[in-house]
Amino acid sequence: MKGWIAIGVVAIAVAGCSSQESSSGETAEGDRPVLTASVPKDEMASASPGKKVFYRWCVECHGDGPRYPGTASLAVKYGKDMPAPLEQRKDLTPESVALFVRQGVSVMPPFRKTEITDAELAALGAYLSHNEEAVAPSAK
Amino acid sequence: MRTPPGISPATFASALQEFANVVGKEWVFTSDEDLDLYRDAYSPLRGEPDERKAAGAVAPRTVEEVQGVVRVANKYRIPLYTISTGRNLGYGGSAPAYSGSVVVDLKRMTQIIEVSDSQHYAIVEPGVSYFDLFNYVKEKGLKVWLDVPDPGWGSLVGNALDHGVGHTASRFRNHFDAHCGMEVVLANGEIMRTGMGALPNSKTWATYKMGYGPIVDGLFSQSNFGIVTKMGIWLMPEPEAFLQARVMVPAYGDLHELVEIQKYVENLGLAPGAPELGSPLLGAAGDTKSLVDIFFKGPPKFDKQHMDLIAGSKLGYSAQLEQYGRDNKIPYWTLSTTFYGPRKVVEAQWEALQDIVSARIKGARFESTGALTDRYEAARKGLIYPQNLGIPNLDFFAMGTSAGGNQPTRGHLFFSPVIPQSAEAILEANRVFSKAVNDIPLLQKVPMFNLRPFSLPSPFFERSYMFVLGFPVLDDPEINKATVAAFRELIRIGADHGWAEYRTSPIFQDQVMGVYSYNDNALLRFHEAIKDVIDPNGILSPGRYGIWPKHLREAAR
Repeated sequence: MKGWIAIGVVAIAVAGCSSQESSSGETAEGDRPVLTASVPKDEMASASPGKKVFYRWCVECHGDGPRYPGTASLAVKYGKDMPAPLEQRKDLTPESVALFVRQGVSVMPPFRKTEITDAELAALGAYLSHNEEAVAPSAK
Repeated sequence: MRTPPGISPATFASALQEFANVVGKEWVFTSDEDLDLYRDAYSPLRGEPDERKAAGAVAPRTVEEVQGVVRVANKYRIPLYTISTGRNLGYGGSAPAYSGSVVVDLKRMTQIIEVSDSQHYAIVEPGVSYFDLFNYVKEKGLKVWLDVPDPGWGSLVGNALDHGVGHTASRFRNHFDAHCGMEVVLANGEIMRTGMGALPNSKTWATYKMGYGPIVDGLFSQSNFGIVTKMGIWLMPEPEAFLQARVMVPAYGDLHELVEIQKYVENLGLAPGAPELGSPLLGAAGDTKSLVDIFFKGPPKFDKQHMDLIAGSKLGYSAQLEQYGRDNKIPYWTLSTTFYGPRKVVEAQWEALQDIVSARIKGARFESTGALTDRYEAARKGLIYPQNLGIPNLDFFAMGTSAGGNQPTRGHLFFSPVIPQSAEAILEANRVFSKAVNDIPLLQKVPMFNLRPFSLPSPFFERSYMFVLGFPVLDDPEINKATVAAFRELIRIGADHGWAEYRTSPIFQDQVMGVYSYNDNALLRFHEAIKDVIDPNGILSPGRYGIWPKHLREAAR
């Protein structure tokens, strides 16, 4: 609570430090695909169902790069203990994925069944737990 | 099983069966687990008795199914509550205004009916998100830009209907203004088309806004008079080039001239980009990109001397702070804007703006990106906020995460009354709300951001500013309750000064509608008169924006 009052009273929190960040001349933020439409078409066409769900619903916050909110948050939360981008995690299970997708956490809201159906959620869980069979390019 | 208030379980069961006959059993939701998905994820009332909760949800896919749902609701007097993509976070999300309603979830209506890059419009269904339309346009190589709000997963329809705003040129930023034509399912199940849509075989539904006779489109925004199932929206032709520029001025007193110039150039059409005010000297991130940078990286770090000077400022001013700014070349105020068009035009517009500023503000400095042509590169390199270039993303959601070492939250609320577009009004709003926080213990108890040391307003609507204060929603119900109480107090204080909200969560809609009280609440009484005629059973989104059907009106008071 105290931390919040400090932020409330001074619009920018107190953090004494000798250097001042410049507000112009940003360094490059790192390459990032802008949206699913930026993922090469043939890559998406041959992507597994779970990967398609990830790229449709998750990548905008959980992609691999410094400017993804979910990834940036997890990087702080886990530090060196775990990779921040979800696709690089080795510990996710379909159950844990389902939990976060249907309950949300912090400012991540839940996703409804009209957004990610149960079947799509299962596919997503398989994808993120690295437990799906390879999908042939000719499959959907 | 939950039931809507006043509806027996047997009646509700019949209604649910008939909903299932319309949309299919798998698209009717009644389990507690499913209905948790129709709670407001950012509600400050979560877990409290007055949290708004649904008794059911149905998800139609076609306009015929919407009609069917509405007819069933009418037959059984079931209150409905319509959501589009249900991502109106901070303003109620996917939860109803009236607990016990059945949410009508339009996310499955994802048809992009048409996009014309010769007439520069799109016609979409409510489930189409900014991401969806952007991807479609990109895939088809159409030469139009969208105007997007901060988060890209919202609905073009839902956002426009809730008076949402974006970040490109003024004529596109006001999303409701930019809409053209609607199709609406009325409470009696009939389909109505507005504007030129009322003329069968018209080809100008999405290009001529006014149709013939009274323009009724507005009735379907921030209201509950019908379910919008299609909407036209005007799009910007893809510009050859764009240029983002920043004006920097050294003196506190320069704010007046800066605002006067901003109004002149925007209203003239010389500088139509989102005119964002900032204060590097006060550490107030004015433009959205700088704000989002703070979400990701934490606040800018100032040396102790600078911070002490800020802490010692009154209404953002001190002579020493101003001198510090001059000595260190840190502007007191900045105005940033973006130009769109042919390269020589955007360069000329920027040059003209510089001339105007130089003639009126001593010591003004300028910087710009120069004319650029590749918006993806500009966004990728972090030169320009992607939303200024019509590129949707979710960067803004770094707010409230742990990113940047900031404190994580469970959501947010924004208090955003409309104030006049003048330095005088900015100062007055700062003075009034700062004093209120000083004097009123209720307001001191809650975490609040963007007030101190000085609050610069949001300029996304033309001709007015939104004075925005933010509140985090936390895991502590006591703090959240205090936040709600504080918000209510701010509504009262704002109304006393002629400032009131442009948009709120249902929690505050009755109160805010109550302050728009001219002539014994004539406006609300007019809304109610319309409601009684066109939705006599009061089934459409009861309570939304303070409009209650007759049978619930007394209780709502």
